[in-house]
Amino acid sequence: MDFFKTKPLINLENISKSFGNQLIIDELDLKIHENEFITLLGPSGCGKTTILRIIGGFETPDKGRVIFDNTDITHLPPNKRQLNTVFQKYALFSHMNIGDNIAFGLKIKNKSKDYIKDKVSYALKLVNLDGFEKRMPDSLSGGQQQRIAIARAIVNEPKVLLLDEPLGALDLKLRQEMQYELIRLKNDLGITFIYVTHDQEEALTMSDTIVIMNQGYIQQIGTPEGIYNEPENAFVADFIGESNIIDAMMIEDRLVEILGTRFTCVDTGFGKKTPVDVVIRPEDVVLCDPAEGIISGAVSHLIFKGVHYEMEVTACGFEWLVHSTGMFPVGTPVGIKVDPFNIQIMNKPESEDEQAVSLEALEENS
Amino acid sequence: MTRSVNDNNRKLNNRRNFGTILMGSPYLVWMAVFIIVPLFMILYYGLIDRDGHFTFANIMAIASPVHSKALWLAILLAIIATAICLLLAYPLAFILSRTTLKRSGFVILLFILPMWMNFLLRTLAWQALLEKTGVINNILAFLRLPPLNIINTPAAIVFGMVYNFLPFMILPIYNSLLKIDVNVVNAARDLGAGNIKILQKIIFPLSIPGIISGITMVFVPALTTFVISKILGGSKILLIGNVIEEEFTHAGNWHLGSGLSIVLMLFIVINMIASSIFDKNREGSML
Repeated sequence: MDFFKTKPLINLENISKSFGNQLIIDELDLKIHENEFITLLGPSGCGKTTILRIIGGFETPDKGRVIFDNTDITHLPPNKRQLNTVFQKYALFSHMNIGDNIAFGLKIKNKSKDYIKDKVSYALKLVNLDGFEKRMPDSLSGGQQQRIAIARAIVNEPKVLLLDEPLGALDLKLRQEMQYELIRLKNDLGITFIYVTHDQEEALTMSDTIVIMNQGYIQQIGTPEGIYNEPENAFVADFIGESNIIDAMMIEDRLVEILGTRFTCVDTGFGKKTPVDVVIRPEDVVLCDPAEGIISGAVSHLIFKGVHYEMEVTACGFEWLVHSTGMFPVGTPVGIKVDPFNIQIMNKPESEDEQAVSLEALEENS
Repeated sequence: MTRSVNDNNRKLNNRRNFGTILMGSPYLVWMAVFIIVPLFMILYYGLIDRDGHFTFANIMAIASPVHSKALWLAILLAIIATAICLLLAYPLAFILSRTTLKRSGFVILLFILPMWMNFLLRTLAWQALLEKTGVINNILAFLRLPPLNIINTPAAIVFGMVYNFLPFMILPIYNSLLKIDVNVVNAARDLGAGNIKILQKIIFPLSIPGIISGITMVFVPALTTFVISKILGGSKILLIGNVIEEEFTHAGNWHLGSGLSIVLMLFIVINMIASSIFDKNREGSML
């Protein structure tokens, strides 16, 4: 990836932040590069929005520095920063028409009337809302309001656009449309997008880089493919997509014992007789005749999902989640096969800091 | 098929309308008996003379020097009192809207607390405080300071109006400020606006409905008051409210009292129309 070679535009150094006695972010380091679409992804309360607010200037970290373009901006107020934010619920100025909303930042900077007029109509064109200058915000649909919020931010030509779950309030179809729109905008403008979301699909679709966070710590940084195919721990595997996460024992290189049965895999370097976590994506579990499978069991659940069937297969005391285009009725005895390269081996979390908390446990706590 | 659905909808609507009217009927009766009928009675009395002949004389009586002076003085004092209330209330409401809910709730309570006591009692208390030989002047004399001679002056009336009506200015402004989304303010800051610009371009315009509502709620009772002017203004200063009260009670001339009331109502209606023009969204028309 070439953007890793360019020097970082934003550098978060050793950032800590707590509210009251609750630690939200603990000694976090993050580099954001020019022209990158980076997504901070994680469950609610993981600290992703706090990081965005620290970059935007709405929070000051307790510890650490924010470096922007080689300058320390940790204590610079938001109105002095060269970046703009798109807020979660649009936050349009309801007493101004669309034109005045978009022109707000430019008027503050005392730009000439002609310049403002050109810029506003250009920004409206960019978000496909030509000629909306005289409309009032409350006469627009949610999707349109969100586009205006984006236009209002990008008209100031920021080097970085911060987006705080901007599509959260939209319905599914509109959200998908806006995802393409955002990718197009980012390519047209050639600026850095920092995007916060809890929606893994959104993150996978749009990002160059995904930063997965949980409980104030970065769990993994990588490309969407990298994170999906090679999750570094059980939390990431569980959060991104669906998966079977199973306790296992690495017998030796390229051989892992799962639920008492030995599977060949492609991973090496874990040592002998090491306890590990194994991740197998549901679409990588192949169902076959019981005689042909590595292990065998019976189908216990079947749901039609449109593109595929979702099944649960009980085998060796574990409920395997299986996605397949072939259908096996409930009760059918089946065999299970997994290709060696589809078995992802992960180290068990060592210290408490790295403890990967499963989503269910997190939801129960909150 | 479509038609039958439409028919069903219409039937449903009719039934719902009937239900609404049934539920609303006690209020309709109340409004008719205690609001509409009295208004018409005032209109009726105001437009006839003692012999029952139609006349504009009762309304034109406002042109007499005593009456018009009372009206203009009432308008002037009401405007001054409203302006002072606004100047006092806005900063306070702004500060309250920025503090945590727990603390602001307590301060709001402090301002509302006097309203739990009788209006008349409070005003009488101020008479006792402000009197030439009252509590305040005794303290001032003890401190060898010059006495405060504002009792029985227009200043005392304005003071009474501000004291009594200030909460009605604070609450709607506070509510309208509270309704402003923090993110809207953040967005303005994000777009480069400093504190003064934010106040001028975002917070003030968004609080206008509250201001309009507050002005109406202070100006109308201040304009029509006769108790405050009677207690704190002595018998020398006549406001239009006092004139009307005199006509109804002592002079027993209901016709003249009604005629002058119609004129006063006209000014209130003008005030209301002006407010509704400013307050396009009708957000602040109620407290």
